[in-house]
Amino acid sequence: MKTKSLLAGAALALLMSTAAHAGDVRIMWYSDGVEGDVMKDLVGRFMKENPGINVILDNVAYSVIKDQLPVQLEAGNGPDIARVTAIKDLSKHWLDLRPLVKDAKYWDDNFGAQADWMRPDGSKQISGFMTQITLTGGYANKTLFDQAGVPLPGPKATWEEWAAASKKVKDSQKLPFAMAIDRSGHRLTAPLLSYGANYVGKDGKPAPLDKGAKDFLTKFVGWVGEGSFAKDVWVSAAGSTYRAAAEDFINGQLAFYYSGSWQVANLTTKIGNSFDWVATGSPCGPAACTGMPGGAALVAVKYTKNPKDVATVMDWFAQEKVVKEFSERTLFLPGHKGVVDKGGLDFKTDNAFAKAALTKYVEASKTTSETALKLPGWRWSDTVYAAVVTRVGQTLAGELKLDDAFTRIDADIAQKVKDSGL
Amino acid sequence: MSTTSLTDRLGSLLMAPVHLLMRIIDIPLRAVQKAAGIGGMAAVFLAPNMLIFGIFVLLPLVINFVYSMTGGTAFFISERNFVGAEQYQRLFTCTNYLDPMSCQEDAFWTAVGNTFWFVVLQVTLMIGVSLITALILNRDLAARSFWRAVFFFPVLLSPVVVGLIWKWILQRQGLLNFGLYQFGIEPYTWLTDRNWTFIATIGVSIWAHMGLYTLILLAGLQAIPKDLYEAAEMDGTKPERVFRRITLPLLAPNLLVVVVLALIKAVQIFDEVYVLTGGGPGTSTLYLTQYIYETGFASTLRNPGLAAAASILMGLVLVVLTLIQLGVGQRSEKKGKR
Repeated sequence: MKTKSLLAGAALALLMSTAAHAGDVRIMWYSDGVEGDVMKDLVGRFMKENPGINVILDNVAYSVIKDQLPVQLEAGNGPDIARVTAIKDLSKHWLDLRPLVKDAKYWDDNFGAQADWMRPDGSKQISGFMTQITLTGGYANKTLFDQAGVPLPGPKATWEEWAAASKKVKDSQKLPFAMAIDRSGHRLTAPLLSYGANYVGKDGKPAPLDKGAKDFLTKFVGWVGEGSFAKDVWVSAAGSTYRAAAEDFINGQLAFYYSGSWQVANLTTKIGNSFDWVATGSPCGPAACTGMPGGAALVAVKYTKNPKDVATVMDWFAQEKVVKEFSERTLFLPGHKGVVDKGGLDFKTDNAFAKAALTKYVEASKTTSETALKLPGWRWSDTVYAAVVTRVGQTLAGELKLDDAFTRIDADIAQKVKDSGL
Repeated sequence: MSTTSLTDRLGSLLMAPVHLLMRIIDIPLRAVQKAAGIGGMAAVFLAPNMLIFGIFVLLPLVINFVYSMTGGTAFFISERNFVGAEQYQRLFTCTNYLDPMSCQEDAFWTAVGNTFWFVVLQVTLMIGVSLITALILNRDLAARSFWRAVFFFPVLLSPVVVGLIWKWILQRQGLLNFGLYQFGIEPYTWLTDRNWTFIATIGVSIWAHMGLYTLILLAGLQAIPKDLYEAAEMDGTKPERVFRRITLPLLAPNLLVVVVLALIKAVQIFDEVYVLTGGGPGTSTLYLTQYIYETGFASTLRNPGLAAAASILMGLVLVVLTLIQLGVGQRSEKKGKR
């Protein structure tokens, strides 16, 4: 009798503990700017409206998303929902929300344009939605240009024109560097495409580096060698490690910084009134004046124990009014067609530079090349980016000659394709 | 008399649960002893420890070896295909091992070369610096305990903290350049110069770990009988001779421990260097552990099989180093007995 009571008690305790976890939804989130605070506020509101679901927001560093989340996912673990940038690369781990969301047509209509970026090739699944659409682009320190008496290059200015103008500013203002570009294959891809590069082969697999890619990389290495482009950020790590050069721009050490739209909130907050800055869009090359699109997505993870609750959370955050509010408060470009089409976004900032920058990015998105638009949904983008960053980094550190780097980039990519077994 | 008896009673009362426990344990142990025999009891007592060792050391080693024989990018062993020695073959495909760029896995051989030079230079300098520090701290210094704590303090820091502290000191707008600038010296980019960065990783790792080795050597120095030094002093022996003939031979066992520990730690160098330089500039401070980590976990399309093969090779190096230490230890023990 006593044993039966003990067993019954243990079973009840087990049931209660399971019930306590049934409504838990864990979100792994990273922030570039203020979006972590905005998300925290929105999560609070969601839980008030849905008291049965307990959302746990884990704010982590971007490196955790980049390096640790993929390992967790491969092991069949991880959070229930995550904010990620390697959306295509990890797409086999995302949950298909199509049978779970309230209105799949709403999702298709409003997030359909980027749906392929986050699902396995050939699939029609709904994996999540873009929390922001990003576009790479440049920022110029207008105060430094003005002090140097160098006019800002115009909207159709080439990379060469920007390099020449920035170098004049550097020499005049005694800056350590004229320009910088983030240590990232995604960032470097924009000028490569402007020079006519095409990564995609006829079979859909990576093609060897072409003339366009080689032309810009040759110029880039030359510019770093002569001190026009910042060397620090590119040689400060081995492999494909990501490094941003934002701090140098914020500290007034650069005339021109090439990064992307996600930096607007960061620059607004950190620069304040220290100097005037402008978003310039992407400089032109012989083939185009394109930036690289991309962004971060909120995706559901298929290893979740609570798919229905996850779908409820995703439905709530995908609402038009929530996406609009999130974009306005975070200064992010929205990935929701309804929000974009209706317009009238009232970005919550008094900073004139930030407002002008966001307008510039919306304008710049119109000149994004077709090739650039396809890359975020291409299976091998990250593989190419990693190989380019690794070998260009070695070249800039003086370990490789440029021609050897080109050979190595092609060999690295070919080896990765072979390793994948695809 | 009555106090003693009260103490005895209190003692008996406190020990009662222990005695009860011993009696309870005694019953199954006697049964086990009957079955295993007195000689077998050693194995019985060692079994729990061996079980833990087996689960947490041997099993992962075997799994790692199995991984090194598989290919693909999947993490689950069931989803990976058997490729035999292909990963090892890939690591060893090289025209000239002294020129990493002639190898298929150039990053691996660069990491091997970097690790070799790091180990040689760091261990030599580490032992030298630790020995000198220990000799100084063994003297009658003012505030000796304070100085000992100062040298030991970095050992207590997390490697990430060590890396960050030195990054803030050495980076372009760091403390060192600020200090140099005050003296009219042009700031220098210490962390983007290949040679300086390599030296920096050696210096930082010595700073971070020398406290432990100094402590071991200091313990050895304090165990040397003082009368030997007094006798040498009475004979008028020169200090260098005292050091060579008394201090060094009697410190040899501690030095051996320090050499082995420093060697193993140097081969495994990772965290503070990863934070400080990220393996750069280029691959000038890419060491073996970082290569394994990046290949297996951090790169696009991770390759756990290749990482496992590289870690098996690194493990073999560590085994060889440990065997040499055992050999040298046994030889000096025999010499001592003679």
